[in-house]
Amino acid sequence: MSAENPKVMEKEIQKPLSPGRFTDMLYELLGNKRIRYSVYAALVITALVIPSFADNYVLEVFTNAYFYIILCLGLNIVVGYAGLLDLGYAAFFAVGAYTTGILTSQFGFNFWLTIPFSILFSVIAGVIIGGPTLRLRSDYLAIVTLGFGEITRIAARNLEITGGASGLIGIDRPMLFGMRLYQIHHFYFLFFVLVILAIFISHRLYNSRLGRAWEYIREDEDAAEAMGIDRVRYKLYAYVMGAVFGGVAGSFFAVKMTAISPQTFLFTQSAMILLAVVLGGMGKIQGVIVGALLLVFFPEIFRGIGDMRMLVFGIVLLIIMVFRPQGIWPTRRS
Amino acid sequence: MAILDVRNLTLRFGGLTAINNLSFAIEDNSITALIGPNGAGKTSAFNCLTGFYKANEGEILFCGKNLMRKRPFKITESGMARTFQNLRLFKNKTVLENVMSGMHCRCSAGIISSILRLPAQRAEEKKTREFSEECLEFVGILDQKDRLAQNLPYGDQRRLEWARALATQPKLLLLDEPGAGLNYDEKKELIDLIKRIRRELGITILLIEHDMGLVMNVSEKIIVIDYGQMIAEGTADEIKNNPRVIEAYLGKDEEEAV
Amino acid sequence: MSTFDIFLQQLVNGLLLGSFYSLIALGYSMVYGIIKLLNFAHGDIYMAGAFVGLIALSFVSGIVGAGWLGILISMVFSMIAVGLLGVLIQRAAYRPLLNAPRLSILITAIGVSLVLYNSVMVLTDGEFKAFTTDLGFAGVGLGNVHITYTQIILVLATAALMISLNLFISKTKYGKAMRAIALDKDACRLMGINVNKIIAITFFIGSALAAAAGIMAGVYYGSIHFFMGFVLGLKAFTAAVIGGIGSIPGAMIGGLVLGLLEAAGTQLPFIGSEWKDVFAFSILILLLVFKPTGILGKTETERM
Repeated sequence: MSAENPKVMEKEIQKPLSPGRFTDMLYELLGNKRIRYSVYAALVITALVIPSFADNYVLEVFTNAYFYIILCLGLNIVVGYAGLLDLGYAAFFAVGAYTTGILTSQFGFNFWLTIPFSILFSVIAGVIIGGPTLRLRSDYLAIVTLGFGEITRIAARNLEITGGASGLIGIDRPMLFGMRLYQIHHFYFLFFVLVILAIFISHRLYNSRLGRAWEYIREDEDAAEAMGIDRVRYKLYAYVMGAVFGGVAGSFFAVKMTAISPQTFLFTQSAMILLAVVLGGMGKIQGVIVGALLLVFFPEIFRGIGDMRMLVFGIVLLIIMVFRPQGIWPTRRS
Repeated sequence: MAILDVRNLTLRFGGLTAINNLSFAIEDNSITALIGPNGAGKTSAFNCLTGFYKANEGEILFCGKNLMRKRPFKITESGMARTFQNLRLFKNKTVLENVMSGMHCRCSAGIISSILRLPAQRAEEKKTREFSEECLEFVGILDQKDRLAQNLPYGDQRRLEWARALATQPKLLLLDEPGAGLNYDEKKELIDLIKRIRRELGITILLIEHDMGLVMNVSEKIIVIDYGQMIAEGTADEIKNNPRVIEAYLGKDEEEAV
Repeated sequence: MSTFDIFLQQLVNGLLLGSFYSLIALGYSMVYGIIKLLNFAHGDIYMAGAFVGLIALSFVSGIVGAGWLGILISMVFSMIAVGLLGVLIQRAAYRPLLNAPRLSILITAIGVSLVLYNSVMVLTDGEFKAFTTDLGFAGVGLGNVHITYTQIILVLATAALMISLNLFISKTKYGKAMRAIALDKDACRLMGINVNKIIAITFFIGSALAAAAGIMAGVYYGSIHFFMGFVLGLKAFTAAVIGGIGSIPGAMIGGLVLGLLEAAGTQLPFIGSEWKDVFAFSILILLLVFKPTGILGKTETERM
């Protein structure tokens, strides 16, 4: 674009290479379809070849990152698309994980058969939480979701069927095409496929009547309602979709870890997922992925500084938010 | 036949009665104006009709159905669309996307068909786009369709609101001060547009307006309210000479009466 | 223990817990009222108050001992220091974001919370720290229930703080400015009110009250921990919402109501203490669904 106008180019070159400037360049670059698709293809190929040279630790970190990408994309539907504040997202992740955990370990279900149940229970949980509360003002919604998140966790800690405070152990490894999945690179590929699926679904939903309805509601609820959009219903859809993403991710998490405990579903977990979404750029799939990657990689890279790493993470987070409140890679419109 | 029949509508805010036992009827395919001094309850009446306020008492019969206490989206679905006094566009969306919001209630694709892009969903999306473009064409801003709504000049933003309301395929269109902030030429175009909406699309129109020139020019029937009550009803000439109207409204503010 | 004893015991427990909730809820409510921010770091401010108080106490106890005088001096010190910390946080982290999307400022608050509790965790190695005082367990007996003077004084101190706050809000020009800003920030700017200064004062007072609660909790429980602000912060926010967020008397009442309900909840059959947080949050959810404005919150009339 700027090549047509050399003067503009000169001016832009003089600007220092700030993070904002950097993303401007990215937008420009990815605006071109051919470049965009080659970059995506390169990323997919890189992801596919990583297991052939990386060690188990690296694969473990990447698998974890993929897992968070799925969670973040799910929460992004709620927060980024529909503009609803959710501080208890870990509850849905818990519902999925416990559904699979309980059905496989106590009822002898095949893992793959637990997924429909996991989706079903996530939907039910989403409707129970969302139904009565989505009419509330957004801050109240935040605190109610937080309350539900805590209730879910405390219930998991105190009920017998969920194994109490120690949780469930010995969840069976899943079979796929007659092969038992137990090595880290199995799960690496499994989660990678889920990431692709999550991106696909997010993208399709965003570019549909539903995605538009969510955005209208986010921008101006009253105007959306005046245009014939049932805001409570579409908010509930967003909430339930987010719940399903969380639930399915939870199911796969349960079989990967083979053990789950209430400690996994602390408020901190919900806060971190939300943080990744906002940090990356709400409503933008690429941004959310960047946020999730940062969330996982940052503490790993700074493992050397031990206890200090969460402190440093907090400081970096503050700096990014103060200087770039819209997130690293937000949706941008011309 | 009356397309809208409002009976004994009453709305209270705590101790204040904003609308007091208001009854009126709107004929099918007519252009009616609702006028009255500031604070007379015109916009409150609109908000009751479109479901944004829950009226305390009364009946709102629209095409024979009672819309009393229905939620706004239901009312829009049943064929009553509105514009807002101070524009309520989706500012960060493009012009076309704004208009597409109006088509929402005429479509039905759900989660599954949107994810899989089933043929029905594709056809629906195509129809949405085309019809929205037609609406933009009708109000004359199709060339702006890819701009962000907030970047349009004020007059075009007003047109965009009408296009958006037209996209809901209404039978009755409620315009809340459509002329506010428009200059002389723009108002002339507005009058023309209102007449075209009725003539070409067969949509009944009810409008609130302060500009008496515009009201007298465009409307066949005028309803005057004051303190939430109807004080007069009739043609422009009848209203002009009605002593109660002059007393309540025109007499106080002669400039506006011209 | 007779039923009456249990009732009395839980009444005392509930009042004390409620006092802490109220003091912290005030900070949430004031900040929310004035800039519509859900200040997630507020629980950690309370925690910071306890630690600053402990440090101050370890200094002054050498001179005046760790009795009420020492505690009072360290409390005043901690309230001022943590109040300033609150102002600093507002300046550095929240003020640049006042016009940013609301979620961004919320995330920033979560970031501040992370920084606060992780710094304390690093400094204390994540261990419990004993909050030693010379107060002892002297008190009055009512039936089989022993109520210490410490408990009585803490409740009275809370009452004193709240009364002073109420006087400040209703009588001084700063208090009036706060209420005005809560109604309409832009109009206040036009009327020549220094909005930034008032926001800073609000943060100072809110943080100072939380710090006072932190020290009182230290005195009462005898030990403090870097994570103590988390659950208490959540509960205090719940209390603020129960009372009607943005309302000062609402926060006070909400805190007491929540404290008493929780104390009562531990006595209900099948609920027990491990479910007490569920009990608190369930009350919150029911309240929000059926009376979203809280006990004293005003209904907002929507205007198109």
